Amino acid sequence: MKRFDVVEHTADTGVIAYGADMREAFANAAYGMFSLMADLKQVREETSRYIEAEAGDRESLVVSWLNELLYLFDVEGNIFRRFDILELTNTRLKADAYGEKADASRHELRGGVKAATYHMLKVAEDRGRWRIRVIFDV
Amino acid sequence: MTRWDGPLKKIDDYRWEIPREYKSGMRVPGLIYASEDMLDSIREEQAAEQVVNVAFLPGIVGHSLAMPDIHWGYGFPIGGVAATRVEDGVVSPGGVGYDINCGVRLLRTNLREHEVRPKVEELLSQIFINVPSGLGSTGKIKVGKKEMDDILTDGARWAVKRGFGTDDDLEVTEEGGCLKGADPDKVSTKAKERGLPQSGTLGSGNHFVEVQVVGEIYEPAMAQSMGIEDVGQVLLLIHTGSRGLGHQVCDDYIRTLREAMQRYGIDVPDRELACAPVKSAEGRDYLAAMACAANYAWANRQCITHWSRECFTRVFGLSLRQIGLEMVYDVAHNIAKIESYEVNGRKASLCVHRKGATRAFPANHPSIPARYKEIGQPVLIPGDMGRYSFVAVGSERAMKESFGSVCHGAGRKMSRHAAKRGVRDADVARNMAAKGILAKSASRGGLAEEASEAYKDVAEVVEVCHQAGLCRKVIKAYPMGVVKG
Repeated sequence: MKRFDVVEHTADTGVIAYGADMREAFANAAYGMFSLMADLKQVREETSRYIEAEAGDRESLVVSWLNELLYLFDVEGNIFRRFDILELTNTRLKADAYGEKADASRHELRGGVKAATYHMLKVAEDRGRWRIRVIFDV
Repeated sequence: MTRWDGPLKKIDDYRWEIPREYKSGMRVPGLIYASEDMLDSIREEQAAEQVVNVAFLPGIVGHSLAMPDIHWGYGFPIGGVAATRVEDGVVSPGGVGYDINCGVRLLRTNLREHEVRPKVEELLSQIFINVPSGLGSTGKIKVGKKEMDDILTDGARWAVKRGFGTDDDLEVTEEGGCLKGADPDKVSTKAKERGLPQSGTLGSGNHFVEVQVVGEIYEPAMAQSMGIEDVGQVLLLIHTGSRGLGHQVCDDYIRTLREAMQRYGIDVPDRELACAPVKSAEGRDYLAAMACAANYAWANRQCITHWSRECFTRVFGLSLRQIGLEMVYDVAHNIAKIESYEVNGRKASLCVHRKGATRAFPANHPSIPARYKEIGQPVLIPGDMGRYSFVAVGSERAMKESFGSVCHGAGRKMSRHAAKRGVRDADVARNMAAKGILAKSASRGGLAEEASEAYKDVAEVVEVCHQAGLCRKVIKAYPMGVVKG
């Protein structure tokens, strides 16, 4: 199954992430975001980070989750390629993310993502298929 | 994308009003500066609806404004300007954006095109090595937590104290490179952590260092005041912002203000318009944190200026005195400022949000450097990397109707993704080389997404502001070499 599609927006870029359940859609949203930043096929799983995110509703939780990952990228330089969502409610998420430090000599690095925004943000379920739409400031 | 079919009432050839009656809840009308030819592309997306949404902000005065480089943003449109009363109005982080104090800085040299052109490649390579750029790049300056607080408090002044540049640079930087009211305690630990490794980095996306040559001079006397004497003179333009630190400040405060908004009983049509009264604890805290991020960005541009100067002296084997590289000016184009204007015949303290808009103060304004008292504040308006950029000066008219603001650049017309589709960096580099422009990018796809086709023609954008009387064109410059983040 397709994990995500890239969405067009005049100044910025977004993704629509898919999943059989909300967990998978959350994981694929993160995968889609890091795909904008690097070719994830070249990224190894050498390190992992435990992440907790909280928010007032499930849409905001998407933003909290993705911005938490961007924070880890800025501070530690880690690009993540696999996400185990350990616990997920509408307001709370616990996950392990796996990846390695970005290395321009081995990785094809693409553009940066400044932040996940609330613009056109949507989490929806339709006949057992979950979709998350999120636009990034790039 | 749905077309926007709302009313645009013609005021004159360059002004289009969205009447308050369009939507109940609008506190003021909207006003878009544009030529008739631009309206069709503006209607292609929902940017005009964002102008309408901004008109809902409590305490907004005058008009909810959009400059001709308007395009669809989040919350505010890019190119949006909104002034709210400090007394009973709100401040909105969405009116500033994630890249707080993203801005541009222009330097002039004593060098001529024929001296620089043979060495552009070497110069770009030096800049590429000495100015950390691209995704995940980390800075050359190691700062500790204590020093980070100094950067956030003192901005470009911190950099000059550390030996990166001179007091003359500060003199011609908006706010002297140090916005007052900064309080590092209002910046989260996470934001500071993001800022630590990125101090003195260019970043990625549309950020760049560009070597330019003066192509046309419209106002010779004004250009002269800026140290720009002749066609063929070489300039340097730097465009970057507050990096991850600013992004985190914006994200933190959108969250805080969304909660606060409920407590204050404020209702706005879009979540990205989260806001709080300017005078509330939350509003004041945001402004104190935003000032920190703005200062971080000024320190950043100051460091990059210093390293760029080093690159020039090395490549040309000349002293800095011989080369020049004095600053013309440095402007912020994503910021909120407390400024004073006349509203309905009375002096009022306003919180002016500029989201992709440049301050454009006229001659004799108390906030501009002595050097420019007679001509007005220089306004730096970069175009896309394949075309040209402009320098203008602010006007009285801008003070009267756009809260001392004009456009900030070309404005995108195509998404990055669409710009990249089927276009390779190598093709873009080749097209640019054919026009005599060398380009170097740290990121794969970095050139393709910034190709000229993705942008409106900045000449049309500037022409609207010039004809509308918001600013006056002084010079036009062409790129010779670009280092992209």
